[in-house]
Amino acid sequence: MAEIQQKGGDSGKGGKKRAKKMSTKIDMTPMVDLAFLLLTFFMLTTTFAKPNVLQLQMPAKVKDDTEKSKIKESEAMTIILAPDDKVFYFFGLNSPKDPSVAVPKIQVTDFSANGIRKVLLVRKQQVPKLTILIKSYVDGDQHAKYKDLVDILDEMNITDQKRYALVELGKEDIDLIKTQKLL
Amino acid sequence: MPKVKPHRTSPSLDMTPMVDLAFLLVTFFMLTTQFRPEDAVIVDPPSSTSDLRNPDSDVLTLTIDDKKRVFFGFDKASVKEEALKSMGIKYNVSFTKQQLAQFRNINSIGVPIKQLGSYLSMSTEERKELNPRLPGIPYDSLNNQLIDWVQGARQANLNLFSKQSFVSIKGDGAADVQTVQKIISELQKAKINRFNLVTSLEGNPTTEAAQ
Repeated sequence: MAEIQQKGGDSGKGGKKRAKKMSTKIDMTPMVDLAFLLLTFFMLTTTFAKPNVLQLQMPAKVKDDTEKSKIKESEAMTIILAPDDKVFYFFGLNSPKDPSVAVPKIQVTDFSANGIRKVLLVRKQQVPKLTILIKSYVDGDQHAKYKDLVDILDEMNITDQKRYALVELGKEDIDLIKTQKLL
Repeated sequence: MPKVKPHRTSPSLDMTPMVDLAFLLVTFFMLTTQFRPEDAVIVDPPSSTSDLRNPDSDVLTLTIDDKKRVFFGFDKASVKEEALKSMGIKYNVSFTKQQLAQFRNINSIGVPIKQLGSYLSMSTEERKELNPRLPGIPYDSLNNQLIDWVQGARQANLNLFSKQSFVSIKGDGAADVQTVQKIISELQKAKINRFNLVTSLEGNPTTEAAQ
């Protein structure tokens, strides 16, 4: 604490010197006020939480189509993100040009716990090497939202899918949706 | 009967430990705090269950809002300045010292390079007023300034700090997927294949319910 000691050369006056009795205590209230004011300010302005991120690793671009990996029809599953938070999905591949491949039937679900998550979990038990193609619907003004994309990538993490890819929506997919009168 | 004398305690208490603690906390918060710079665009990122954190530094942020506008930002001012200089050389635009100083303070920019000079010459209030009407950085294939920004900043970070940059995409929940996918594919052309999608945290999922 602050203490003022007077040392001086005035020892000549018979040793009767009486030090002035000063209080050793200082009033710390203003200092405390200030300290707490600053403390409150910094506590309120500080931003501890950095945002969370979802990592997305895309494959390197390939030069031509021959380098693209082929997916077996039995292991494929396509998810199409649709407007109004709907999710379309079908198993197998959609290749109208190949008559040996059956035309898939599109199912509709949503992002609730009993929606796409259940489908993914069930399908993963049936087909361990499931490959999921994620497409997003766009046709004029109707389009899926970015929130849906993040949600579906999140579902991939939740259901622990190893093989999934973001794929562009093809014309045949739009035709398939149109012929099954889903939009 | 002897008089009972009440024990006189001093009304002032020793505040030293409290002051010590208060100043310790003040120092801590003063040193750790980072003021959040004002964003030119406000987006509401969607939520996910991912608990990965955005990296501390070397983060290049591309903000995408629901009007298909893209904003560019980097967390180091010196890297941003270098990126601006390389952009200036490429597009033949020069900036004054004052404009560069303003640019360092702006967190994210969404102005085509030709209009950036006049944007930087405005006062903070004027900029704030203009922010909702900014066009965003062009990213179509004819005039792809976004990729130049990204590459300029990555190169500058490599030159100045010899560090790789992380690309974070901060999209609004209502933004359309096509814009995001277009930007991702543009970045893939520049051999950037790893992205961090900025999300807010939500509670743990209930896989049990579905099983």
